[in-house]
Amino acid sequence: MRLYSCLTTLVVAGFLTGLALSMPVAAADQKLIGSGASFPAPIYGKWFKDFSRANKGVRVDYQSKGSGAGIQDFLNQTVDFAASDAAMNDEEIAKVKGGAVLLPMTAGEIVLSYNLEGVDELRLPRDVYPDIFMGKITKWNDPRIVAANPGVKLPDRDITVVVRSDSSGTSYVFTGHLSAISEAFKNSVGQAKAPNWPKAGRIVKAPKNDGVTATIKQTPGAIGYIEYGFAKLSGAPTALLENQSGKFVAPSAESGKAALASAEFPAGNLPGSDVPDLRVWVTDPAGADAYPIATFTWLLLYKDQDDEKAKVLRDLVEYMLTTGQESADAMGYIPLPDNVVARVREVSQLVQ
Amino acid sequence: MAANPFAEAARADSISGPPASIDYLGDAVFRAIAYICAVMIIALVAFILWELGGKAWPAMQDHGLGFVTGTTWDTNKGEFGVLPEIWGTLYSSLLALVLGGIFGIAIAIFLTQDFIHARLAAVFRTIVELLAAIPSVVYGLWGIYVLIPLIRPGAAWLHEHLGWFPMFGTELSGPGLAPAALVLAIMILPTVAAISADAFRRVPYKVKEAVFGMGTTRWEAILRVMLPTASSGILAALVLGFGRALGETMALAMLIGNSNQISLSLFSPANTLASLLASNFPEAGAIEVKALMYAALVLLAITFVVNVVGLAIQQYTMRKFEGIK
Repeated sequence: MRLYSCLTTLVVAGFLTGLALSMPVAAADQKLIGSGASFPAPIYGKWFKDFSRANKGVRVDYQSKGSGAGIQDFLNQTVDFAASDAAMNDEEIAKVKGGAVLLPMTAGEIVLSYNLEGVDELRLPRDVYPDIFMGKITKWNDPRIVAANPGVKLPDRDITVVVRSDSSGTSYVFTGHLSAISEAFKNSVGQAKAPNWPKAGRIVKAPKNDGVTATIKQTPGAIGYIEYGFAKLSGAPTALLENQSGKFVAPSAESGKAALASAEFPAGNLPGSDVPDLRVWVTDPAGADAYPIATFTWLLLYKDQDDEKAKVLRDLVEYMLTTGQESADAMGYIPLPDNVVARVREVSQLVQ
Repeated sequence: MAANPFAEAARADSISGPPASIDYLGDAVFRAIAYICAVMIIALVAFILWELGGKAWPAMQDHGLGFVTGTTWDTNKGEFGVLPEIWGTLYSSLLALVLGGIFGIAIAIFLTQDFIHARLAAVFRTIVELLAAIPSVVYGLWGIYVLIPLIRPGAAWLHEHLGWFPMFGTELSGPGLAPAALVLAIMILPTVAAISADAFRRVPYKVKEAVFGMGTTRWEAILRVMLPTASSGILAALVLGFGRALGETMALAMLIGNSNQISLSLFSPANTLASLLASNFPEAGAIEVKALMYAALVLLAITFVVNVVGLAIQQYTMRKFEGIK
């Protein structure tokens, strides 16, 4: 009986201490919650953790749910900020109470990863890879692929195309590029977060970047699109793509930066507000060394909001633009070009 | 103590006494809790139906029955149809049921019909039941990294030599119906095996002794007497397993290839309702969410029909083999 009462006292005391400990922390905390795109989630996770550590009393949490879900949360005002690979469209922006500020924070490339034994370097011309994803080229030893790869022994094997099964910003950017360079692709599949891929036994769908990466790795003769960071982490072989100037370019931080350098922000403001429009798509970059498929990813912030939160958010953006960019390359993202950094910094001051 | 009708009848020198008021109270409380739990289960199902139905209603009005017969799922054009998913769900689950059912019942017979020592049987039983504790994602990864490379040579051979047969009509590119159904079969195996084993164990030992006493062989005893006697329990196991296969999500989303096509071939990619929901829900816009709710309702309806049919078959076999009216 004594033992029991001792235990009870201990449990109650422990509970009270826990309560006492948790209360002052909760009061002093400036807690920011965000959700959205899964593509920048690894680097955002690192940035937010480092930022929270460097600033006492500030905690930033990010939930990687996907761009669409992030926009939904942002519209429902259940988060302090959101992230999206497809930015937001005009209709969505009009629905945001208090106005929205869209800031490109980092960028990435989309690579074509393949699985062909003994082929270390694969070059894919501009007129070939859209046809592969439309199911028009079905063999690896197709004369058009062979012609672009002299000296490479391409097997007589069916091409298995691996695409995303979930709706995704990655698909949106990839199909946007294919639509820009191929009229036939634009008319048959078109640009979409969940494109209606042709129905064929040779086109399979896998969930998320990891699913596509794993499926390619396990399927001889497979090709699919994934984010550069994933290919870099998993060491999957990636194809060299022909860019607008006719040069075959491998994905890398430099070629990505060259692609983004050609980006010009549209003149004018977001619809119905005085916030400059920073939505720009690099569907077909012009530079000679530019890798053809690159994209920004955006942070979505409320323009008018709680003053204290706004200050922390401005600090956070500043941190991401300065210290943050340094870790981008190592994690498989493209650091923002300097002119973009300056522009984003300027626009971020509108968050008040 | 009018509330305690037995108190007056009690004899003073007896050790057995009438139930005390505390017993009555305990009884009443237990009964109340049991009723509440029972009502809550029904209320929960009703609530899910109401919620799903309410959210799916706009899509049901828009698409009507065309939703069930349509074959395209195109968010951009607002065209939604789930026939390929219904086909894939039923096809993959049936295949899994056939495979998992045969192996599950075989395991149950092996474990309960004196093939091995009872203690060894307990070990085997635990191992089979451990399969149920493995997370779905792990099955999916195992499927991608182990199973698909393993069955690829066999699939290629079957397609090459028996390609005229519709079930082997295409080549296995990677994810597809065959690996999905195989993994599903393994996933429902513990359910089928454990419940069938219980059903066999419920048959009184005397029945077996009597059967052997009539001079039957072991297999005659098992197939002619034990199996029919335990059939209602085995059917319950199969219905539960089938239900699990219908609703399985993650492993299938990773293995089935998520392609909206209807094909008899085991090696072509397909799609299931649960996998469609898992893949599209996180990024779905307002209109697609309604369509997905409708798809969830269709899945619920399929599960309901399967359970009702299973129950009917069970009743029938009970009447036929166990003589229970």
